[in-house]
Amino acid sequence: MSEYAVACHNVSKAFGSVKALRDVSITAKAGEVTAIIGDNGAGKSTLIKIVAGVEQADSGHIDLFGQQVDFTNPEEARQAGIETVYQTLGLIEDLTIWQNLFLNREIVTGFGPIQLMNKRVMRQRSHEMLTALDVHIPSVRARVRGLSGGQRQAVAISRAAGWSSRVVIMDEPTAALGVRESAKVEELIERLKDKGLAVIVISHNFDQVVRLADRVWVMRQGRVIAELSQEELDAAQMVALITGAAKGDKLNESGDLDD
Amino acid sequence: MTPKVSGSGAASAAPGPSFSLHTIAAKLRDPYFWADWTVVFALVAAVLIFTALEPGNFMTAYNVNTILTASAVPAILALGQAFVIMTAGIDLSNAAVLTLGAVTFGWFFFRGYPLIWCMISAIIVGLIAGLINGLIIAQFKINDFIVTLGMLSLAQGVALVISNAKPVQVISPVLAQFAIGKIWVIPYLMILAFVLLLVCQFFLTQTKFGTHVLATGGNTDAARAMGVRTKAIKVSVYAISGTLAGVAAIVTISRIGAAEPAVNTAFLLNSVAAVVLGGVSLFGGRGNMIGPFVGAILLTMIINGLIVAGVPQYYQFIAIGLIVMVSAVLVRSAK
Repeated sequence: MSEYAVACHNVSKAFGSVKALRDVSITAKAGEVTAIIGDNGAGKSTLIKIVAGVEQADSGHIDLFGQQVDFTNPEEARQAGIETVYQTLGLIEDLTIWQNLFLNREIVTGFGPIQLMNKRVMRQRSHEMLTALDVHIPSVRARVRGLSGGQRQAVAISRAAGWSSRVVIMDEPTAALGVRESAKVEELIERLKDKGLAVIVISHNFDQVVRLADRVWVMRQGRVIAELSQEELDAAQMVALITGAAKGDKLNESGDLDD
Repeated sequence: MTPKVSGSGAASAAPGPSFSLHTIAAKLRDPYFWADWTVVFALVAAVLIFTALEPGNFMTAYNVNTILTASAVPAILALGQAFVIMTAGIDLSNAAVLTLGAVTFGWFFFRGYPLIWCMISAIIVGLIAGLINGLIIAQFKINDFIVTLGMLSLAQGVALVISNAKPVQVISPVLAQFAIGKIWVIPYLMILAFVLLLVCQFFLTQTKFGTHVLATGGNTDAARAMGVRTKAIKVSVYAISGTLAGVAAIVTISRIGAAEPAVNTAFLLNSVAAVVLGGVSLFGGRGNMIGPFVGAILLTMIINGLIVAGVPQYYQFIAIGLIVMVSAVLVRSAK
Protein backbone atom coordinates (compact mmCIF):
# COMPACT_ATOMS: atom_id res chain seq x y z
CA MET A 1 0.00 0.00 0.00
CA SER A 2 1.16 3.44 -0.87
CA GLU A 3 2.04 5.93 1.83
CA TYR A 4 -0.53 8.27 0.30
CA ALA A 5 -4.27 7.88 0.73
CA VAL A 6 -4.88 10.06 -2.29
CA ALA A 7 -2.36 10.98 -4.96
CA CYS A 8 -3.31 13.07 -7.97
CA HIS A 9 -0.85 12.79 -10.85
CA ASN A 10 -0.74 15.53 -13.49
CA VAL A 11 -4.49 16.06 -13.48
CA SER A 12 -5.80 18.49 -16.10
CA LYS A 13 -9.34 19.61 -16.76
CA ALA A 14 -10.78 22.16 -19.13
CA PHE A 15 -14.30 23.54 -19.35
CA GLY A 16 -14.51 24.67 -22.96
CA SER A 17 -11.60 27.05 -23.41
CA VAL A 18 -11.16 27.59 -19.68
CA LYS A 19 -8.34 25.51 -18.28
CA ALA A 20 -9.52 24.84 -14.75
CA LEU A 21 -6.67 22.50 -13.85
CA ARG A 22 -3.24 22.21 -15.43
CA ASP A 23 -1.00 19.31 -14.49
CA VAL A 24 -2.04 19.27 -10.89
CA SER A 25 -0.25 16.79 -8.64
CA ILE A 26 -1.08 16.66 -4.96
CA THR A 27 -1.01 14.03 -2.25
CA ALA A 28 -2.88 13.43 1.01
CA LYS A 29 -1.91 11.01 3.77
CA ALA A 30 -4.14 8.99 6.05
CA GLY A 31 -4.29 10.39 9.57
CA GLU A 32 -3.48 13.86 8.32
CA VAL A 33 -5.41 16.97 7.45
CA THR A 34 -4.42 18.15 4.00
CA ALA A 35 -5.53 21.66 3.10
CA ILE A 36 -5.93 23.07 -0.38
CA ILE A 37 -5.93 26.84 -0.52
CA GLY A 38 -6.15 29.37 -3.29
CA ASP A 39 -8.17 32.27 -4.62
CA ASN A 40 -11.56 31.88 -6.25
CA GLY A 41 -11.09 30.19 -9.60
CA ALA A 42 -7.77 28.65 -8.61
CA GLY A 43 -9.20 25.21 -9.34
CA LYS A 44 -9.62 23.86 -5.79
CA SER A 45 -13.26 22.92 -6.18
CA THR A 46 -12.71 21.34 -9.59
CA LEU A 47 -9.89 19.24 -8.17
CA ILE A 48 -11.94 17.85 -5.30
CA LYS A 49 -14.88 17.23 -7.63
CA ILE A 50 -12.61 15.05 -9.72
CA VAL A 51 -11.37 13.17 -6.66
CA ALA A 52 -15.00 12.72 -5.54
CA GLY A 53 -16.08 11.45 -8.95
CA VAL A 54 -18.36 14.39 -9.71
CA GLU A 55 -16.17 15.52 -12.61
CA GLN A 56 -13.78 13.50 -14.72
CA ALA A 57 -10.21 14.56 -15.51
CA ASP A 58 -9.23 15.20 -19.13
CA SER A 59 -5.78 13.78 -18.48
CA GLY A 60 -3.69 12.55 -15.58
CA HIS A 61 -4.82 10.02 -13.01
CA ILE A 62 -5.65 9.55 -9.36
CA ASP A 63 -4.35 6.83 -7.05
CA LEU A 64 -6.30 5.77 -3.98
CA PHE A 65 -4.00 3.99 -1.53
CA GLY A 66 -1.67 3.20 -4.40
CA GLN A 67 -4.32 1.87 -6.74
CA GLN A 68 -5.34 3.84 -9.77
CA VAL A 69 -9.01 4.76 -9.73
CA ASP A 70 -11.20 6.10 -12.46
CA PHE A 71 -14.53 7.25 -11.06
CA THR A 72 -17.31 8.05 -13.49
CA ASN A 73 -19.77 9.14 -10.80
CA PRO A 74 -19.87 10.07 -7.09
CA GLU A 75 -21.38 6.72 -6.15
CA GLU A 76 -18.25 4.87 -7.32
CA ALA A 77 -16.05 7.21 -5.32
CA ARG A 78 -18.24 6.68 -2.27
CA GLN A 79 -18.01 2.93 -2.64
CA ALA A 80 -14.25 3.25 -2.79
CA GLY A 81 -14.36 5.09 0.55
CA ILE A 82 -14.27 8.75 -0.51
CA GLU A 83 -16.91 10.91 1.16
CA THR A 84 -17.48 14.56 0.43
CA VAL A 85 -19.01 17.28 2.58
CA TYR A 86 -20.06 20.01 0.20
CA GLN A 87 -20.08 23.71 0.92
CA THR A 88 -23.83 23.74 0.49
CA LEU A 89 -23.93 20.86 2.99
CA GLY A 90 -26.02 18.49 0.96
CA LEU A 91 -28.51 17.82 3.73
CA ILE A 92 -32.21 17.63 2.99
CA GLU A 93 -33.86 20.19 5.28
CA ASP A 94 -37.27 18.58 5.59
CA LEU A 95 -35.94 15.14 6.40
CA THR A 96 -34.91 14.11 9.88
CA ILE A 97 -31.31 13.70 10.98
CA TRP A 98 -31.45 9.91 10.78
CA GLN A 99 -33.06 10.04 7.34
CA ASN A 100 -30.24 12.27 6.16
CA LEU A 101 -27.55 10.08 7.70
CA PHE A 102 -29.00 7.03 5.97
CA LEU A 103 -30.08 8.67 2.71
CA ASN A 104 -29.61 6.13 -0.07
CA ARG A 105 -28.12 3.67 2.41
CA GLU A 106 -31.37 2.81 4.09
CA ILE A 107 -31.33 -0.39 6.07
CA VAL A 108 -34.13 -2.51 4.69
CA THR A 109 -35.56 -5.84 5.64
CA GLY A 110 -36.92 -7.26 2.46
CA PHE A 111 -39.21 -9.91 1.30
CA GLY A 112 -39.29 -9.97 -2.47
CA PRO A 113 -39.80 -6.64 -4.21
CA ILE A 114 -41.12 -4.91 -1.10
CA GLN A 115 -38.25 -3.68 1.03
CA LEU A 116 -39.31 -2.31 4.37
CA MET A 117 -37.12 0.27 6.05
CA ASN A 118 -35.85 -0.72 9.43
CA LYS A 119 -36.32 2.66 11.06
CA ARG A 120 -35.56 1.51 14.58
CA VAL A 121 -32.12 0.21 13.64
CA MET A 122 -31.37 3.29 11.55
CA ARG A 123 -32.28 5.62 14.43
CA GLN A 124 -30.19 3.58 16.82
CA ARG A 125 -27.18 3.57 14.49
CA SER A 126 -27.59 7.29 13.76
CA HIS A 127 -27.40 7.93 17.44
CA GLU A 128 -24.26 5.80 17.63
CA MET A 129 -22.69 7.53 14.64
CA LEU A 130 -23.16 10.93 16.25
CA THR A 131 -22.01 9.90 19.71
CA ALA A 132 -18.95 8.17 18.26
CA LEU A 133 -17.81 11.59 17.11
CA ASP A 134 -19.04 13.25 20.29
CA VAL A 135 -21.73 15.15 18.43
CA HIS A 136 -24.65 15.86 20.72
CA ILE A 137 -27.93 16.75 19.14
CA PRO A 138 -31.28 16.66 20.97
CA SER A 139 -32.74 13.82 18.91
CA VAL A 140 -31.96 12.01 15.69
CA ARG A 141 -35.66 12.42 14.93
CA ALA A 142 -35.30 16.21 14.66
CA ARG A 143 -35.59 17.71 11.22
CA VAL A 144 -32.49 19.36 9.79
CA ARG A 145 -34.44 22.59 9.19
CA GLY A 146 -34.48 23.28 12.91
CA LEU A 147 -30.73 22.84 13.41
CA SER A 148 -28.13 25.56 13.70
CA GLY A 149 -25.39 25.91 11.11
CA GLY A 150 -22.88 24.17 13.35
CA GLN A 151 -25.22 21.29 14.10
CA ARG A 152 -25.88 20.83 10.40
CA GLN A 153 -22.19 20.79 9.64
CA ALA A 154 -21.68 18.27 12.43
CA VAL A 155 -24.38 16.04 10.94
CA ALA A 156 -22.93 16.39 7.45
CA ILE A 157 -19.44 15.53 8.68
CA SER A 158 -20.73 12.62 10.76
CA ARG A 159 -22.46 11.28 7.69
CA ALA A 160 -19.24 11.46 5.72
CA ALA A 161 -17.20 9.87 8.49
CA GLY A 162 -19.72 7.37 9.73
CA TRP A 163 -19.43 4.92 6.88
CA SER A 164 -16.54 2.81 5.86
CA SER A 165 -14.91 5.91 4.47
CA ARG A 166 -11.16 6.33 4.26
CA VAL A 167 -11.03 9.80 2.76
CA VAL A 168 -13.24 12.73 3.76
CA ILE A 169 -13.23 15.82 1.59
CA MET A 170 -14.61 19.08 2.95
CA ASP A 171 -15.31 22.20 0.96
CA GLU A 172 -15.20 25.24 3.26
CA PRO A 173 -16.43 23.37 6.34
CA THR A 174 -16.74 26.47 8.52
CA ALA A 175 -17.48 29.19 5.97
CA ALA A 176 -21.00 29.87 7.22
CA LEU A 177 -20.31 29.40 10.92
CA GLY A 178 -19.63 31.64 13.86
CA VAL A 179 -16.44 31.48 15.91
CA ARG A 180 -17.73 29.07 18.54
CA GLU A 181 -19.32 26.74 16.02
CA SER A 182 -16.19 26.81 13.86
CA ALA A 183 -14.18 25.70 16.87
CA LYS A 184 -16.52 22.76 17.41
CA VAL A 185 -16.26 21.71 13.78
CA GLU A 186 -12.47 21.97 13.95
CA GLU A 187 -12.54 19.64 16.95
CA LEU A 188 -14.60 17.25 14.86
CA ILE A 189 -12.08 17.41 12.01
CA GLU A 190 -9.29 16.63 14.50
CA ARG A 191 -11.21 13.57 15.62
CA LEU A 192 -11.57 12.30 12.06
CA LYS A 193 -7.84 12.69 11.68
CA ASP A 194 -7.23 10.80 14.92
CA LYS A 195 -9.49 8.02 13.62
CA GLY A 196 -6.93 7.59 10.82
CA LEU A 197 -8.97 9.11 8.01
CA ALA A 198 -7.36 11.20 5.33
CA VAL A 199 -9.05 14.59 5.58
CA ILE A 200 -8.85 17.01 2.66
CA VAL A 201 -10.05 20.50 3.44
CA ILE A 202 -10.60 23.49 1.22
CA SER A 203 -10.48 26.65 3.27
CA HIS A 204 -10.17 30.38 2.90
CA ASN A 205 -9.53 30.75 6.59
CA PHE A 206 -5.74 30.85 6.90
CA ASP A 207 -5.69 30.85 10.68
CA GLN A 208 -7.78 27.71 10.55
CA VAL A 209 -5.43 26.15 8.03
CA VAL A 210 -2.48 26.93 10.29
CA ARG A 211 -4.31 25.34 13.22
CA LEU A 212 -5.55 22.23 11.44
CA ALA A 213 -3.42 21.30 8.48
CA ASP A 214 -0.48 18.94 8.42
CA ARG A 215 0.19 19.79 4.81
CA VAL A 216 -0.99 22.59 2.56
CA TRP A 217 -1.17 22.80 -1.21
CA VAL A 218 -1.42 26.29 -2.66
CA MET A 219 -3.16 26.67 -5.99
CA ARG A 220 -3.26 29.58 -8.38
CA GLN A 221 -4.87 29.74 -11.83
CA GLY A 222 -5.35 25.99 -12.09
CA ARG A 223 -1.86 25.08 -10.95
CA VAL A 224 -0.23 23.93 -7.76
CA ILE A 225 2.33 26.58 -6.93
CA ALA A 226 3.52 25.50 -3.52
CA GLU A 227 3.52 22.63 -1.04
CA LEU A 228 3.90 23.61 2.59
CA SER A 229 4.45 21.28 5.51
CA GLN A 230 3.15 22.08 8.96
CA GLU A 231 6.40 23.74 10.12
CA GLU A 232 6.32 26.12 7.17
CA LEU A 233 2.77 27.33 7.73
CA ASP A 234 2.39 31.04 8.08
CA ALA A 235 -0.74 33.00 7.27
CA ALA A 236 1.06 35.94 5.71
CA GLN A 237 3.16 33.69 3.51
CA MET A 238 0.05 31.86 2.33
CA VAL A 239 -1.67 35.10 1.38
CA ALA A 240 1.41 36.13 -0.57
CA LEU A 241 1.44 32.84 -2.44
CA ILE A 242 -2.26 32.98 -3.26
CA THR A 243 -2.21 36.51 -4.52
CA GLY A 244 0.98 35.98 -6.49
CA ALA A 245 3.14 38.29 -4.38
CA ALA A 246 5.32 35.26 -3.62
CA LYS A 247 6.33 32.92 -6.36
CA GLY A 248 6.05 29.48 -4.80
CA ASP A 249 8.49 26.61 -5.02
CA LYS A 250 6.54 24.65 -7.61
CA LEU A 251 6.37 27.48 -10.06
CA ASN A 252 9.55 26.64 -11.91
CA GLU A 253 8.38 23.09 -12.58
CA SER A 254 5.07 24.34 -13.92
CA GLY A 255 6.41 27.23 -15.92
CA ASP A 256 5.16 30.77 -16.23
CA LEU A 257 1.68 31.40 -14.88
CA ASP A 258 0.86 34.20 -17.27
CA ASP A 259 0.66 32.13 -20.43
CA MET B 1 -28.90 26.41 19.93
CA THR B 2 -25.27 25.62 19.73
CA PRO B 3 -23.90 22.27 18.69
CA LYS B 4 -22.68 20.29 21.61
CA VAL B 5 -19.70 18.81 19.89
CA SER B 6 -17.81 18.97 23.13
CA GLY B 7 -16.23 16.13 24.99
CA SER B 8 -18.82 16.20 27.74
CA GLY B 9 -19.85 12.69 26.88
CA ALA B 10 -23.38 12.90 28.28
CA ALA B 11 -25.69 11.43 25.68
CA SER B 12 -28.73 13.67 25.47
CA ALA B 13 -30.43 11.93 22.57
CA ALA B 14 -31.92 8.57 23.37
CA PRO B 15 -33.66 6.93 20.44
CA GLY B 16 -36.34 5.64 22.73
CA PRO B 17 -39.76 4.15 22.11
CA SER B 18 -42.16 5.94 19.80
CA PHE B 19 -44.90 6.76 22.26
CA SER B 20 -43.10 8.47 25.10
CA LEU B 21 -44.50 11.75 26.40
CA HIS B 22 -41.36 13.44 25.20
CA THR B 23 -42.07 12.33 21.65
CA ILE B 24 -45.67 13.53 21.79
CA ALA B 25 -44.61 16.90 23.18
CA ALA B 26 -42.00 17.21 20.46
CA LYS B 27 -44.63 16.42 17.84
CA LEU B 28 -46.95 19.11 19.16
CA ARG B 29 -44.14 21.65 18.95
CA ASP B 30 -43.32 20.65 15.38
CA PRO B 31 -45.04 23.18 13.07
CA TYR B 32 -45.25 20.43 10.45
CA PHE B 33 -47.54 18.50 12.75
CA TRP B 34 -50.04 21.36 12.55
CA ALA B 35 -49.65 21.73 8.80
CA ASP B 36 -50.33 18.00 8.47
CA TRP B 37 -53.39 17.95 10.68
CA THR B 38 -55.04 21.31 9.88
CA VAL B 39 -57.14 19.59 7.25
CA VAL B 40 -58.52 17.10 9.76
CA PHE B 41 -59.57 19.90 12.11
CA ALA B 42 -61.09 21.71 9.12
CA LEU B 43 -63.04 18.58 8.21
CA VAL B 44 -64.43 18.30 11.73
CA ALA B 45 -65.29 22.03 11.71
CA ALA B 46 -67.06 21.67 8.34
CA VAL B 47 -69.09 18.72 9.62
CA LEU B 48 -70.13 20.68 12.73
CA ILE B 49 -71.02 23.82 10.77
CA PHE B 50 -73.11 22.04 8.12
CA THR B 51 -74.79 19.86 10.74
CA ALA B 52 -75.71 22.99 12.69
CA LEU B 53 -77.02 24.73 9.56
CA GLU B 54 -78.95 21.74 8.20
CA PRO B 55 -79.60 19.48 11.16
CA GLY B 56 -82.05 17.17 9.38
CA ASN B 57 -80.35 16.95 6.00
CA PHE B 58 -76.58 16.93 6.23
CA MET B 59 -75.53 14.13 8.55
CA THR B 60 -77.99 11.60 7.21
CA ALA B 61 -76.85 8.16 6.16
CA TYR B 62 -77.92 8.95 2.61
CA ASN B 63 -76.01 12.22 2.42
CA VAL B 64 -72.85 10.86 4.03
CA ASN B 65 -72.91 8.02 1.52
CA THR B 66 -73.36 10.56 -1.28
CA ILE B 67 -70.40 12.63 -0.08
CA LEU B 68 -68.12 9.62 0.27
CA THR B 69 -69.12 8.23 -3.12
CA ALA B 70 -68.44 11.57 -4.80
CA SER B 71 -65.12 11.85 -2.91
CA ALA B 72 -63.62 8.63 -4.30
CA VAL B 73 -62.39 10.04 -7.64
CA PRO B 74 -60.99 13.31 -6.21
CA ALA B 75 -59.32 11.36 -3.40
CA ILE B 76 -57.63 8.90 -5.79
CA LEU B 77 -56.43 11.74 -8.01
CA ALA B 78 -55.16 13.62 -4.94
CA LEU B 79 -52.94 10.68 -3.97
CA GLY B 80 -51.17 10.78 -7.33
CA GLN B 81 -50.96 14.55 -7.29
CA ALA B 82 -49.48 14.40 -3.77
CA PHE B 83 -46.60 12.18 -4.93
CA VAL B 84 -45.87 14.57 -7.78
CA ILE B 85 -46.06 17.71 -5.64
CA MET B 86 -43.78 16.10 -3.03
CA THR B 87 -41.06 16.11 -5.69
CA ALA B 88 -41.81 19.84 -6.25
CA GLY B 89 -43.57 19.06 -9.53
CA ILE B 90 -47.18 19.34 -10.60
CA ASP B 91 -49.41 17.19 -12.79
CA LEU B 92 -51.91 19.33 -14.67
CA SER B 93 -52.86 16.43 -16.94
CA ASN B 94 -54.51 14.08 -14.44
CA ALA B 95 -58.12 15.02 -15.26
CA ALA B 96 -57.47 14.74 -19.00
CA VAL B 97 -55.65 11.42 -18.55
CA LEU B 98 -58.66 10.22 -16.57
CA THR B 99 -60.84 11.07 -19.56
CA LEU B 100 -58.44 9.35 -21.97
CA GLY B 101 -58.47 6.25 -19.77
CA ALA B 102 -62.26 6.29 -19.65
CA VAL B 103 -62.57 6.66 -23.41
CA THR B 104 -60.08 3.82 -23.94
CA PHE B 105 -62.17 1.70 -21.61
CA GLY B 106 -65.26 2.61 -23.66
CA TRP B 107 -63.52 1.83 -26.94
CA PHE B 108 -62.70 -1.73 -25.87
CA PHE B 109 -66.03 -2.19 -24.11
CA PHE B 110 -67.95 -1.15 -27.24
CA ARG B 111 -66.01 -3.77 -29.23
CA GLY B 112 -66.99 -6.50 -26.82
CA TYR B 113 -63.73 -7.00 -24.96
CA PRO B 114 -64.05 -8.51 -21.48
CA LEU B 115 -64.53 -6.08 -18.62
CA ILE B 116 -61.23 -6.87 -16.97
CA TRP B 117 -59.36 -6.06 -20.19
CA CYS B 118 -61.22 -2.75 -20.47
CA MET B 119 -60.19 -1.89 -16.92
CA ILE B 120 -56.57 -2.85 -17.48
CA SER B 121 -56.48 -0.82 -20.68
CA ALA B 122 -57.61 2.30 -18.80
CA ILE B 123 -54.88 1.79 -16.22
CA ILE B 124 -52.20 1.09 -18.83
CA VAL B 125 -53.13 4.20 -20.80
CA GLY B 126 -52.82 6.22 -17.60
CA LEU B 127 -49.46 4.65 -16.86
CA ILE B 128 -48.17 5.41 -20.36
CA ALA B 129 -49.34 9.03 -20.22
CA GLY B 130 -47.65 9.41 -16.83
CA LEU B 131 -44.42 7.81 -18.08
CA ILE B 132 -44.35 10.19 -21.03
CA ASN B 133 -44.81 13.14 -18.68
CA GLY B 134 -42.10 11.92 -16.36
CA LEU B 135 -39.58 10.98 -19.01
CA ILE B 136 -39.84 14.35 -20.76
CA ILE B 137 -39.64 16.25 -17.47
CA ALA B 138 -36.73 14.24 -16.04
CA GLN B 139 -34.75 13.46 -19.16
CA PHE B 140 -35.00 16.77 -21.00
CA LYS B 141 -35.30 18.87 -17.84
CA ILE B 142 -38.38 20.63 -19.15
CA ASN B 143 -40.70 22.52 -16.84
CA ASP B 144 -43.34 20.18 -15.37
CA PHE B 145 -45.99 22.84 -15.84
CA ILE B 146 -45.42 23.00 -19.60
CA VAL B 147 -45.09 19.26 -20.14
CA THR B 148 -48.22 18.30 -18.22
CA LEU B 149 -50.15 21.21 -19.73
CA GLY B 150 -49.17 19.77 -23.11
CA MET B 151 -50.29 16.33 -21.96
CA LEU B 152 -53.60 17.83 -20.83
CA SER B 153 -54.31 18.96 -24.38
CA LEU B 154 -52.81 15.83 -25.96
CA ALA B 155 -54.84 13.42 -23.82
CA GLN B 156 -57.98 15.44 -24.36
CA GLY B 157 -57.42 15.46 -28.12
CA VAL B 158 -56.69 11.73 -28.34
CA ALA B 159 -59.77 11.05 -26.21
CA LEU B 160 -61.92 13.05 -28.62
CA VAL B 161 -60.41 11.26 -31.64
CA ILE B 162 -60.83 7.76 -30.17
CA SER B 163 -64.39 8.39 -29.06
CA ASN B 164 -65.35 10.48 -32.05
CA ALA B 165 -66.46 12.97 -29.39
CA LYS B 166 -69.36 10.70 -28.42
CA PRO B 167 -69.96 9.05 -25.06
CA VAL B 168 -70.08 5.24 -24.96
CA GLN B 169 -72.62 3.61 -22.69
CA VAL B 170 -71.04 1.06 -20.39
CA ILE B 171 -73.75 -1.24 -19.17
CA SER B 172 -72.10 -3.61 -16.75
CA PRO B 173 -73.99 -5.05 -13.80
CA VAL B 174 -70.72 -5.85 -12.07
CA LEU B 175 -69.47 -2.26 -12.24
CA ALA B 176 -72.86 -0.84 -11.34
CA GLN B 177 -73.11 -3.11 -8.32
CA PHE B 178 -69.64 -2.07 -7.25
CA ALA B 179 -70.55 1.60 -7.58
CA ILE B 180 -73.65 1.41 -5.42
CA GLY B 181 -72.39 -1.22 -3.00
CA LYS B 182 -71.64 -0.14 0.54
CA ILE B 183 -70.80 -1.35 4.01
CA TRP B 184 -73.00 0.60 6.44
CA VAL B 185 -72.73 4.13 4.95
CA ILE B 186 -69.27 3.57 3.46
CA PRO B 187 -69.43 2.98 -0.30
CA TYR B 188 -67.17 0.35 -1.87
CA LEU B 189 -65.68 3.11 -4.00
CA MET B 190 -64.47 4.93 -0.89
CA ILE B 191 -63.11 1.66 0.49
CA LEU B 192 -61.18 1.23 -2.75
CA ALA B 193 -59.83 4.77 -2.42
CA PHE B 194 -58.94 4.08 1.21
CA VAL B 195 -57.02 0.93 0.29
CA LEU B 196 -55.09 2.98 -2.29
CA LEU B 197 -54.40 5.55 0.44
CA LEU B 198 -52.95 2.83 2.68
CA VAL B 199 -50.76 1.54 -0.14
CA CYS B 200 -49.48 5.04 -0.98
CA GLN B 201 -48.88 5.95 2.66
CA PHE B 202 -47.06 2.64 3.13
CA PHE B 203 -44.72 3.32 0.23
CA LEU B 204 -44.18 6.91 1.33
CA THR B 205 -43.32 6.17 4.95
CA GLN B 206 -42.01 2.60 5.03
CA THR B 207 -39.87 2.23 1.92
CA LYS B 208 -36.72 3.75 0.48
CA PHE B 209 -38.78 4.95 -2.44
CA GLY B 210 -40.84 7.25 -0.21
CA THR B 211 -37.79 8.77 1.48
CA HIS B 212 -36.19 9.30 -1.92
CA VAL B 213 -39.33 11.03 -3.20
CA LEU B 214 -39.15 13.49 -0.32
CA ALA B 215 -35.38 13.87 -0.71
CA THR B 216 -35.75 14.59 -4.43
CA GLY B 217 -38.36 17.22 -3.72
CA GLY B 218 -36.55 18.70 -0.74
CA ASN B 219 -33.19 19.19 -2.42
CA THR B 220 -32.65 17.51 -5.78
CA ASP B 221 -28.95 18.36 -5.98
CA ALA B 222 -28.20 17.07 -2.49
CA ALA B 223 -30.19 13.91 -3.14
CA ARG B 224 -28.33 13.30 -6.39
CA ALA B 225 -25.00 13.91 -4.67
CA MET B 226 -25.92 11.10 -2.27
CA GLY B 227 -26.57 8.83 -5.21
CA VAL B 228 -30.38 9.01 -5.15
CA ARG B 229 -31.66 8.32 -8.65
CA THR B 230 -33.63 11.53 -8.84
CA LYS B 231 -34.57 11.12 -12.51
CA ALA B 232 -36.05 7.69 -11.88
CA ILE B 233 -37.94 9.08 -8.89
CA LYS B 234 -39.41 11.88 -10.99
CA VAL B 235 -40.48 9.49 -13.73
CA SER B 236 -42.03 7.23 -11.09
CA VAL B 237 -44.20 9.88 -9.46
CA TYR B 238 -45.71 10.98 -12.78
CA ALA B 239 -46.24 7.33 -13.69
CA ILE B 240 -48.04 6.81 -10.36
CA SER B 241 -50.19 9.89 -10.94
CA GLY B 242 -51.11 8.67 -14.44
CA THR B 243 -51.85 5.14 -13.22
CA LEU B 244 -54.11 6.46 -10.46
CA ALA B 245 -55.88 8.65 -13.05
CA GLY B 246 -56.52 5.39 -14.94
CA VAL B 247 -58.00 3.83 -11.79
CA ALA B 248 -60.09 6.97 -11.28
CA ALA B 249 -61.37 6.54 -14.86
CA ILE B 250 -62.76 3.11 -13.96
CA VAL B 251 -64.40 4.53 -10.84
CA THR B 252 -65.94 7.35 -12.90
CA ILE B 253 -67.36 4.90 -15.45
CA SER B 254 -68.78 2.70 -12.71
CA ARG B 255 -70.59 5.70 -11.24
CA ILE B 256 -72.05 7.25 -14.39
CA GLY B 257 -72.38 4.12 -16.55
CA ALA B 258 -70.72 5.72 -19.52
CA ALA B 259 -67.31 6.65 -20.91
CA GLU B 260 -67.48 10.35 -21.68
CA PRO B 261 -64.92 12.26 -23.73
CA ALA B 262 -65.44 15.53 -21.82
CA VAL B 263 -62.64 16.57 -19.45
CA ASN B 264 -63.80 17.60 -15.99
CA THR B 265 -61.21 20.25 -15.18
CA ALA B 266 -62.70 20.69 -11.70
CA PHE B 267 -60.96 17.39 -10.85
CA LEU B 268 -57.61 18.97 -11.68
CA LEU B 269 -58.14 22.03 -9.49
CA ASN B 270 -59.57 19.90 -6.71
CA SER B 271 -56.62 17.52 -6.72
CA VAL B 272 -54.14 20.37 -6.38
CA ALA B 273 -56.35 22.06 -3.78
CA ALA B 274 -56.69 18.84 -1.78
CA VAL B 275 -52.92 18.37 -1.74
CA VAL B 276 -52.33 21.95 -0.57
CA LEU B 277 -55.06 21.63 2.05
CA GLY B 278 -53.45 18.39 3.13
CA GLY B 279 -50.26 20.15 4.15
CA VAL B 280 -48.00 19.04 1.29
CA SER B 281 -45.50 21.76 0.47
CA LEU B 282 -45.81 23.02 -3.11
CA PHE B 283 -42.04 23.42 -2.98
CA GLY B 284 -41.71 19.70 -2.45
CA GLY B 285 -39.93 17.69 0.18
CA ARG B 286 -42.60 17.25 2.76
CA GLY B 287 -46.09 15.93 3.38
CA ASN B 288 -48.03 12.74 3.80
CA MET B 289 -50.84 11.00 1.98
CA ILE B 290 -53.54 11.24 4.64
CA GLY B 291 -53.77 15.04 4.40
CA PRO B 292 -54.50 15.17 0.64
CA PHE B 293 -56.96 12.29 1.00
CA VAL B 294 -58.88 14.05 3.77
CA GLY B 295 -58.55 17.30 1.82
CA ALA B 296 -60.32 15.74 -1.16
CA ILE B 297 -63.16 14.55 1.06
CA LEU B 298 -63.35 17.98 2.71
CA LEU B 299 -63.68 19.79 -0.63
CA THR B 300 -66.37 17.38 -1.80
CA MET B 301 -68.18 17.77 1.50
CA ILE B 302 -68.13 21.56 1.28
CA ILE B 303 -69.62 21.48 -2.22
CA ASN B 304 -72.25 19.01 -1.00
CA GLY B 305 -72.96 21.04 2.14
CA LEU B 306 -73.52 24.19 0.13
CA ILE B 307 -75.95 22.34 -2.13
CA VAL B 308 -77.79 20.90 0.86
CA ALA B 309 -77.91 24.36 2.41
CA GLY B 310 -79.47 25.67 -0.79
CA VAL B 311 -76.60 27.94 -1.82
CA PRO B 312 -76.77 28.67 -5.57
CA GLN B 313 -74.34 26.51 -7.56
CA TYR B 314 -72.02 29.24 -8.77
CA TYR B 315 -71.10 30.19 -5.22
CA GLN B 316 -69.46 26.78 -4.84
CA PHE B 317 -66.62 27.84 -7.11
CA ILE B 318 -66.14 31.01 -5.08
CA ALA B 319 -66.13 28.99 -1.85
CA ILE B 320 -63.57 26.45 -3.14
CA GLY B 321 -61.34 29.21 -4.48
CA LEU B 322 -61.39 31.07 -1.18
CA ILE B 323 -60.76 27.90 0.83
CA VAL B 324 -57.74 27.01 -1.29
CA MET B 325 -56.24 30.47 -0.98
CA VAL B 326 -56.85 30.77 2.74
CA SER B 327 -55.50 27.28 3.44
CA ALA B 328 -52.41 27.95 1.34
CA VAL B 329 -51.74 31.07 3.42
CA LEU B 330 -52.38 29.19 6.69
CA VAL B 331 -50.09 26.30 5.76
CA ARG B 332 -47.42 28.75 4.69
CA SER B 333 -47.57 30.85 7.86
CA ALA B 334 -47.47 27.70 9.97
CA LYS B 335 -43.79 27.57 9.07
